[in-house]
Amino acid sequence: MSQPRALWNPYVAGIALGVVLFLTFIVTGHGLGVTGATTSITAVTTATVAPGAIAPHDYLAGYVRRGLDQWIVWEVLGVAIGGMAGAMLGRRFAGRIDGPPKANTPTKFGLALAGGLVSGLGARFALGCTSGMGLSGSAPLGAAGFLFLIGFFAAGAAFGLLLKPLWQRRSAI
Amino acid sequence: MIAPLDFVGPISGIALGIGFGFVLENAGFGNPEILTGQLRFTNWSVFQTMFTAIIVSSILLNVAAFFGVVSFSNIFIPSVLFWGTLLGGMFVGIGFAVGGYCPGTSIVGFMSGRVDAILFLIGIGAGTLMFNMIYPLIGSWIYTQTGPDALTVPQLLHIPAWAVIALLGAVLLGVGYLVSKGKLTASCEAPRAGVGMPRGAAVPHKRSTI
Repeated sequence: MSQPRALWNPYVAGIALGVVLFLTFIVTGHGLGVTGATTSITAVTTATVAPGAIAPHDYLAGYVRRGLDQWIVWEVLGVAIGGMAGAMLGRRFAGRIDGPPKANTPTKFGLALAGGLVSGLGARFALGCTSGMGLSGSAPLGAAGFLFLIGFFAAGAAFGLLLKPLWQRRSAI
Repeated sequence: MIAPLDFVGPISGIALGIGFGFVLENAGFGNPEILTGQLRFTNWSVFQTMFTAIIVSSILLNVAAFFGVVSFSNIFIPSVLFWGTLLGGMFVGIGFAVGGYCPGTSIVGFMSGRVDAILFLIGIGAGTLMFNMIYPLIGSWIYTQTGPDALTVPQLLHIPAWAVIALLGAVLLGVGYLVSKGKLTASCEAPRAGVGMPRGAAVPHKRSTI
Protein backbone atom coordinates (compact mmCIF):
# COMPACT_ATOMS: atom_id res chain seq x y z
CA MET A 1 0.00 0.00 0.00
CA SER A 2 1.27 3.44 -0.85
CA GLN A 3 2.27 5.87 1.88
CA PRO A 4 -0.23 8.52 2.99
CA ARG A 5 0.64 11.97 1.69
CA ALA A 6 1.82 14.61 4.15
CA LEU A 7 -0.80 16.71 5.92
CA TRP A 8 -0.88 20.45 5.35
CA ASN A 9 1.14 22.71 7.59
CA PRO A 10 -1.24 24.09 10.29
CA TYR A 11 -0.75 27.70 9.12
CA VAL A 12 -1.46 26.76 5.49
CA ALA A 13 -4.57 24.85 6.60
CA GLY A 14 -5.58 27.83 8.75
CA ILE A 15 -5.26 30.27 5.84
CA ALA A 16 -7.30 27.96 3.60
CA LEU A 17 -9.94 27.57 6.32
CA GLY A 18 -10.01 31.33 6.87
CA VAL A 19 -10.60 31.96 3.16
CA VAL A 20 -13.41 29.36 2.99
CA LEU A 21 -15.00 30.92 6.07
CA PHE A 22 -14.72 34.45 4.61
CA LEU A 23 -16.28 33.28 1.33
CA THR A 24 -19.11 31.68 3.32
CA PHE A 25 -19.84 35.01 5.04
CA ILE A 26 -19.77 36.83 1.70
CA VAL A 27 -21.99 34.30 -0.07
CA THR A 28 -24.51 33.54 2.71
CA GLY A 29 -24.21 36.25 5.38
CA HIS A 30 -23.29 33.73 8.07
CA GLY A 31 -20.46 31.32 8.83
CA LEU A 32 -19.92 27.59 8.63
CA GLY A 33 -21.61 25.17 11.02
CA VAL A 34 -22.52 21.58 11.68
CA THR A 35 -24.93 21.03 14.55
CA GLY A 36 -27.68 23.06 12.93
CA ALA A 37 -27.76 20.17 10.47
CA THR A 38 -27.37 17.33 12.99
CA THR A 39 -30.20 18.87 15.04
CA SER A 40 -32.47 19.06 11.98
CA ILE A 41 -31.60 15.51 10.95
CA THR A 42 -32.22 14.22 14.51
CA ALA A 43 -35.55 16.07 14.75
CA VAL A 44 -36.85 14.97 11.33
CA THR A 45 -35.66 11.37 11.77
CA THR A 46 -37.25 11.08 15.22
CA ALA A 47 -40.54 12.56 14.01
CA THR A 48 -40.55 10.13 11.06
CA VAL A 49 -39.60 6.98 12.98
CA ALA A 50 -41.72 7.74 16.05
CA PRO A 51 -44.59 10.09 15.12
CA GLY A 52 -45.68 12.00 18.20
CA ALA A 53 -42.32 11.64 19.97
CA ILE A 54 -41.73 15.34 19.41
CA ALA A 55 -44.65 17.31 20.78
CA PRO A 56 -45.80 20.55 19.07
CA HIS A 57 -44.39 22.73 21.89
CA ASP A 58 -41.05 20.88 22.12
CA TYR A 59 -37.71 22.55 21.46
CA LEU A 60 -37.21 20.36 18.37
CA ALA A 61 -40.70 20.99 16.94
CA GLY A 62 -39.47 24.00 14.96
CA TYR A 63 -36.70 21.90 13.44
CA VAL A 64 -39.24 19.25 12.38
CA ARG A 65 -41.40 21.94 10.75
CA ARG A 66 -38.46 23.51 8.89
CA GLY A 67 -37.45 20.12 7.44
CA LEU A 68 -34.16 19.21 5.82
CA ASP A 69 -34.03 21.52 2.80
CA GLN A 70 -31.75 24.04 4.47
CA TRP A 71 -28.40 25.56 3.59
CA ILE A 72 -26.62 24.02 6.58
CA VAL A 73 -27.85 20.50 5.78
CA TRP A 74 -26.50 20.85 2.23
CA GLU A 75 -23.29 22.27 3.67
CA VAL A 76 -22.83 19.23 5.92
CA LEU A 77 -23.37 16.97 2.91
CA GLY A 78 -20.56 18.95 1.28
CA VAL A 79 -18.35 18.50 4.37
CA ALA A 80 -18.81 14.73 4.05
CA ILE A 81 -17.92 14.82 0.33
CA GLY A 82 -14.95 17.15 0.89
CA GLY A 83 -13.68 15.08 3.83
CA MET A 84 -13.81 11.91 1.79
CA ALA A 85 -12.13 13.58 -1.19
CA GLY A 86 -9.34 14.80 1.08
CA ALA A 87 -8.81 11.33 2.55
CA MET A 88 -8.86 9.67 -0.89
CA LEU A 89 -6.52 12.17 -2.58
CA GLY A 90 -4.20 12.13 0.45
CA ARG A 91 -4.20 8.31 0.45
CA ARG A 92 -5.36 8.45 4.06
CA PHE A 93 -8.67 6.62 3.62
CA ALA A 94 -8.63 3.39 5.63
CA GLY A 95 -11.38 1.48 7.41
CA ARG A 96 -10.41 1.31 11.08
CA ILE A 97 -11.61 1.74 14.64
CA ASP A 98 -9.80 4.77 15.99
CA GLY A 99 -9.65 6.18 19.50
CA PRO A 100 -7.37 5.82 22.51
CA PRO A 101 -4.71 3.14 21.71
CA LYS A 102 -4.89 1.71 25.25
CA ALA A 103 -8.66 1.13 25.15
CA ASN A 104 -10.30 -2.02 23.79
CA THR A 105 -12.96 -1.82 21.07
CA PRO A 106 -16.08 -1.73 23.31
CA THR A 107 -14.44 1.00 25.41
CA LYS A 108 -13.56 2.99 22.27
CA PHE A 109 -17.16 2.74 21.07
CA GLY A 110 -18.48 3.66 24.52
CA LEU A 111 -16.22 6.71 24.74
CA ALA A 112 -17.15 7.86 21.23
CA LEU A 113 -20.87 7.49 22.01
CA ALA A 114 -20.56 9.26 25.39
CA GLY A 115 -18.42 12.01 23.89
CA GLY A 116 -20.92 12.54 21.10
CA LEU A 117 -23.77 12.74 23.58
CA VAL A 118 -22.07 15.42 25.71
CA SER A 119 -21.07 17.27 22.55
CA GLY A 120 -24.60 17.17 21.10
CA LEU A 121 -26.03 18.41 24.38
CA GLY A 122 -23.42 21.17 24.62
CA ALA A 123 -24.01 22.35 21.06
CA ARG A 124 -27.69 23.01 21.91
CA PHE A 125 -26.66 24.94 25.05
CA ALA A 126 -24.34 27.15 22.99
CA LEU A 127 -26.50 27.18 19.84
CA GLY A 128 -23.46 26.03 17.88
CA CYS A 129 -20.39 23.83 18.01
CA THR A 130 -16.68 24.39 17.47
CA SER A 131 -17.42 25.37 13.85
CA GLY A 132 -20.68 27.26 14.19
CA MET A 133 -19.90 29.13 17.40
CA GLY A 134 -16.16 28.82 18.10
CA LEU A 135 -14.89 29.51 14.59
CA SER A 136 -17.75 31.36 12.88
CA GLY A 137 -18.58 33.40 16.00
CA SER A 138 -14.97 34.45 16.57
CA ALA A 139 -14.17 35.40 12.95
CA PRO A 140 -16.35 38.57 13.07
CA LEU A 141 -14.82 39.04 16.57
CA GLY A 142 -18.08 38.09 18.34
CA ALA A 143 -17.62 37.90 22.13
CA ALA A 144 -19.79 34.76 22.22
CA GLY A 145 -17.34 32.92 19.94
CA PHE A 146 -14.41 33.63 22.23
CA LEU A 147 -16.41 32.80 25.38
CA PHE A 148 -17.26 29.46 23.76
CA LEU A 149 -13.60 28.80 22.90
CA ILE A 150 -12.44 29.60 26.45
CA GLY A 151 -14.91 27.06 27.88
CA PHE A 152 -14.06 24.59 25.12
CA PHE A 153 -10.29 24.61 25.66
CA ALA A 154 -10.43 24.84 29.49
CA ALA A 155 -12.84 21.93 30.02
CA GLY A 156 -11.35 20.02 27.09
CA ALA A 157 -7.81 20.27 28.49
CA ALA A 158 -9.00 19.18 31.97
CA PHE A 159 -10.62 16.05 30.55
CA GLY A 160 -7.85 15.56 27.97
CA LEU A 161 -5.21 15.38 30.70
CA LEU A 162 -7.47 13.15 32.79
CA LEU A 163 -7.75 10.67 29.91
CA LYS A 164 -4.08 10.97 28.93
CA PRO A 165 -3.12 7.49 30.24
CA LEU A 166 -5.48 5.92 27.67
CA TRP A 167 -3.63 7.67 24.82
CA GLN A 168 -0.07 6.91 25.90
CA ARG A 169 1.69 4.73 23.36
CA ARG A 170 4.48 2.40 24.24
CA SER A 171 7.47 4.75 24.21
CA ALA A 172 9.88 4.39 21.34
CA ILE A 173 13.31 3.23 22.40
CA MET B 1 -22.98 46.90 -0.60
CA ILE B 2 -22.63 43.88 -2.85
CA ALA B 3 -22.37 41.21 -0.15
CA PRO B 4 -23.75 39.12 1.41
CA LEU B 5 -25.03 37.66 -1.81
CA ASP B 6 -27.67 35.59 0.02
CA PHE B 7 -26.98 32.49 -2.02
CA VAL B 8 -28.35 30.02 0.49
CA GLY B 9 -29.43 27.14 -1.72
CA PRO B 10 -28.12 23.59 -2.13
CA ILE B 11 -25.29 24.45 -4.55
CA SER B 12 -23.89 27.15 -2.27
CA GLY B 13 -24.13 24.77 0.73
CA ILE B 14 -22.54 21.79 -1.00
CA ALA B 15 -19.73 23.83 -2.61
CA LEU B 16 -18.72 25.67 0.57
CA GLY B 17 -19.13 22.46 2.60
CA ILE B 18 -16.78 20.60 0.26
CA GLY B 19 -14.16 23.31 0.80
CA PHE B 20 -14.63 23.12 4.57
CA GLY B 21 -14.45 19.31 4.73
CA PHE B 22 -11.49 19.14 2.35
CA VAL B 23 -9.47 21.61 4.43
CA LEU B 24 -10.36 19.89 7.72
CA GLU B 25 -9.24 16.52 6.38
CA ASN B 26 -5.98 17.88 4.97
CA ALA B 27 -5.26 19.58 8.29
CA GLY B 28 -5.41 16.11 9.87
CA PHE B 29 -8.65 16.88 11.70
CA GLY B 30 -10.30 13.58 10.89
CA ASN B 31 -7.73 11.97 13.18
CA PRO B 32 -8.72 11.84 16.87
CA GLU B 33 -5.10 11.47 18.00
CA ILE B 34 -4.15 14.81 16.41
CA LEU B 35 -7.38 16.44 17.62
CA THR B 36 -7.12 15.34 21.25
CA GLY B 37 -3.34 15.85 21.21
CA GLN B 38 -4.14 19.55 21.52
CA LEU B 39 -5.87 18.91 24.84
CA ARG B 40 -2.86 16.94 26.13
CA PHE B 41 -0.52 19.64 24.76
CA THR B 42 1.34 17.14 22.58
CA ASN B 43 0.12 18.62 19.28
CA TRP B 44 -0.70 22.28 18.72
CA SER B 45 -2.08 22.09 15.18
CA VAL B 46 -5.75 22.48 16.28
CA PHE B 47 -4.97 25.77 18.04
CA GLN B 48 -2.68 27.01 15.25
CA THR B 49 -5.11 26.17 12.45
CA MET B 50 -8.16 27.59 14.25
CA PHE B 51 -6.43 30.79 15.33
CA THR B 52 -4.94 31.34 11.86
CA ALA B 53 -8.39 30.81 10.31
CA ILE B 54 -10.06 33.26 12.73
CA ILE B 55 -7.39 35.91 12.08
CA VAL B 56 -7.40 35.47 8.28
CA SER B 57 -11.19 35.60 7.93
CA SER B 58 -11.36 38.50 10.38
CA ILE B 59 -8.83 40.51 8.35
CA LEU B 60 -10.63 39.69 5.09
CA LEU B 61 -14.01 40.68 6.57
CA ASN B 62 -12.64 43.96 7.91
CA VAL B 63 -10.93 44.78 4.60
CA ALA B 64 -14.14 43.94 2.73
CA ALA B 65 -16.11 46.15 5.12
CA PHE B 66 -13.57 48.99 4.71
CA PHE B 67 -14.03 48.95 0.94
CA GLY B 68 -17.81 48.80 1.33
CA VAL B 69 -18.15 45.29 -0.09
CA VAL B 70 -19.94 44.05 3.01
CA SER B 71 -21.38 45.52 6.20
CA PHE B 72 -21.03 43.83 9.59
CA SER B 73 -24.67 44.68 10.26
CA ASN B 74 -25.60 42.21 7.49
CA ILE B 75 -23.41 39.44 8.87
CA PHE B 76 -24.50 37.03 11.57
CA ILE B 77 -22.68 37.66 14.86
CA PRO B 78 -23.99 35.54 17.77
CA SER B 79 -25.13 37.31 20.94
CA VAL B 80 -23.69 36.29 24.31
CA LEU B 81 -26.10 33.98 26.12
CA PHE B 82 -23.62 33.74 28.97
CA TRP B 83 -24.43 30.40 30.64
CA GLY B 84 -25.53 28.66 27.48
CA THR B 85 -22.48 29.79 25.51
CA LEU B 86 -19.99 29.02 28.31
CA LEU B 87 -21.49 25.70 29.47
CA GLY B 88 -22.06 24.67 25.85
CA GLY B 89 -18.40 25.35 25.05
CA MET B 90 -17.37 23.32 28.08
CA PHE B 91 -19.60 20.38 27.14
CA VAL B 92 -18.38 20.36 23.54
CA GLY B 93 -14.80 20.49 24.91
CA ILE B 94 -15.47 17.55 27.24
CA GLY B 95 -17.08 15.61 24.40
CA PHE B 96 -14.01 16.38 22.27
CA ALA B 97 -11.66 14.97 24.95
CA VAL B 98 -13.82 11.91 25.69
CA GLY B 99 -15.05 11.02 22.21
CA GLY B 100 -12.08 12.20 20.16
CA TYR B 101 -14.01 14.58 17.88
CA CYS B 102 -16.20 17.63 17.72
CA PRO B 103 -19.32 17.46 15.53
CA GLY B 104 -17.67 18.62 12.27
CA THR B 105 -14.52 16.57 12.65
CA SER B 106 -16.53 13.43 13.43
CA ILE B 107 -18.06 13.69 9.94
CA VAL B 108 -14.58 14.00 8.41
CA GLY B 109 -13.33 11.15 10.62
CA PHE B 110 -16.18 8.89 9.51
CA MET B 111 -15.71 9.78 5.84
CA SER B 112 -12.02 8.85 6.10
CA GLY B 113 -12.99 5.37 7.27
CA ARG B 114 -13.20 5.66 11.07
CA VAL B 115 -15.98 3.48 12.44
CA ASP B 116 -15.83 5.02 15.93
CA ALA B 117 -16.79 8.40 14.45
CA ILE B 118 -20.26 7.13 13.46
CA LEU B 119 -20.84 6.32 17.15
CA PHE B 120 -19.88 9.89 17.99
CA LEU B 121 -22.45 11.09 15.43
CA ILE B 122 -25.13 8.81 16.91
CA GLY B 123 -24.18 10.24 20.31
CA ILE B 124 -24.77 13.77 18.98
CA GLY B 125 -28.29 12.70 18.01
CA ALA B 126 -28.85 11.22 21.48
CA GLY B 127 -27.55 14.40 23.13
CA THR B 128 -29.84 16.49 20.96
CA LEU B 129 -32.86 14.42 22.05
CA MET B 130 -31.73 14.69 25.67
CA PHE B 131 -31.61 18.47 25.31
CA ASN B 132 -35.14 18.38 23.91
CA MET B 133 -36.23 16.55 27.08
CA ILE B 134 -34.55 18.86 29.60
CA TYR B 135 -35.21 22.11 27.69
CA PRO B 136 -38.32 23.06 29.74
CA LEU B 137 -36.16 22.96 32.90
CA ILE B 138 -33.18 24.97 31.60
CA GLY B 139 -34.31 27.00 28.60
CA SER B 140 -35.15 30.14 30.56
CA TRP B 141 -31.75 30.59 32.22
CA ILE B 142 -29.31 29.23 29.62
CA TYR B 143 -30.66 31.47 26.88
CA THR B 144 -30.67 34.69 28.92
CA GLN B 145 -28.73 37.27 26.95
CA THR B 146 -25.86 39.22 28.46
CA GLY B 147 -25.10 42.61 26.92
CA PRO B 148 -26.36 44.01 23.61
CA ASP B 149 -27.20 41.96 20.51
CA ALA B 150 -24.20 40.69 18.55
CA LEU B 151 -21.71 41.97 21.12
CA THR B 152 -18.16 42.00 19.73
CA VAL B 153 -14.82 41.94 21.54
CA PRO B 154 -13.92 45.44 20.23
CA GLN B 155 -17.18 46.78 21.74
CA LEU B 156 -16.59 44.90 24.99
CA LEU B 157 -12.99 46.08 25.46
CA HIS B 158 -13.47 49.51 23.82
CA ILE B 159 -10.58 48.97 21.43
CA PRO B 160 -10.59 48.97 17.61
CA ALA B 161 -10.93 45.72 15.64
CA TRP B 162 -7.39 45.95 14.30
CA ALA B 163 -6.04 45.97 17.86
CA VAL B 164 -7.96 42.80 18.71
CA ILE B 165 -6.69 41.14 15.51
CA ALA B 166 -3.12 42.25 16.34
CA LEU B 167 -3.50 40.81 19.84
CA LEU B 168 -4.71 37.48 18.42
CA GLY B 169 -1.81 37.52 15.97
CA ALA B 170 0.67 38.10 18.80
CA VAL B 171 -0.76 35.14 20.71
CA LEU B 172 -0.57 32.95 17.59
CA LEU B 173 3.05 33.96 16.88
CA GLY B 174 4.03 33.57 20.54
CA VAL B 175 2.57 30.08 20.70
CA GLY B 176 4.22 29.20 17.38
CA TYR B 177 7.60 30.37 18.68
CA LEU B 178 7.29 28.38 21.92
CA VAL B 179 6.09 25.28 20.05
CA SER B 180 9.05 25.51 17.64
CA LYS B 181 11.37 25.69 20.67
CA GLY B 182 9.66 22.63 22.14
CA LYS B 183 8.62 24.61 25.21
CA LEU B 184 4.88 24.04 24.98
CA THR B 185 4.91 20.42 23.94
CA ALA B 186 4.56 17.85 26.67
CA SER B 187 6.73 14.73 26.36
CA CYS B 188 6.25 13.40 22.86
CA GLU B 189 3.87 10.47 23.07
CA ALA B 190 3.82 9.37 19.48
CA PRO B 191 6.76 7.40 18.13
CA ARG B 192 9.00 9.51 15.96
CA ALA B 193 9.19 8.78 12.27
CA GLY B 194 10.60 5.36 11.66
CA VAL B 195 11.71 4.82 15.25
CA GLY B 196 10.37 1.73 16.94
CA MET B 197 7.90 1.14 14.15
CA PRO B 198 7.49 -1.78 11.82
CA ARG B 199 9.22 -1.36 8.48
CA GLY B 200 6.97 0.39 5.99
CA ALA B 201 4.57 1.65 8.65
CA ALA B 202 2.96 4.97 7.93
CA VAL B 203 4.68 7.92 9.53
CA PRO B 204 2.20 9.57 11.89
CA HIS B 205 1.45 13.28 11.65
CA LYS B 206 3.95 13.84 8.89
CA ARG B 207 3.54 17.37 7.59
CA SER B 208 4.92 19.25 4.68
CA THR B 209 7.36 21.95 5.68
CA ILE B 210 5.97 24.80 3.63
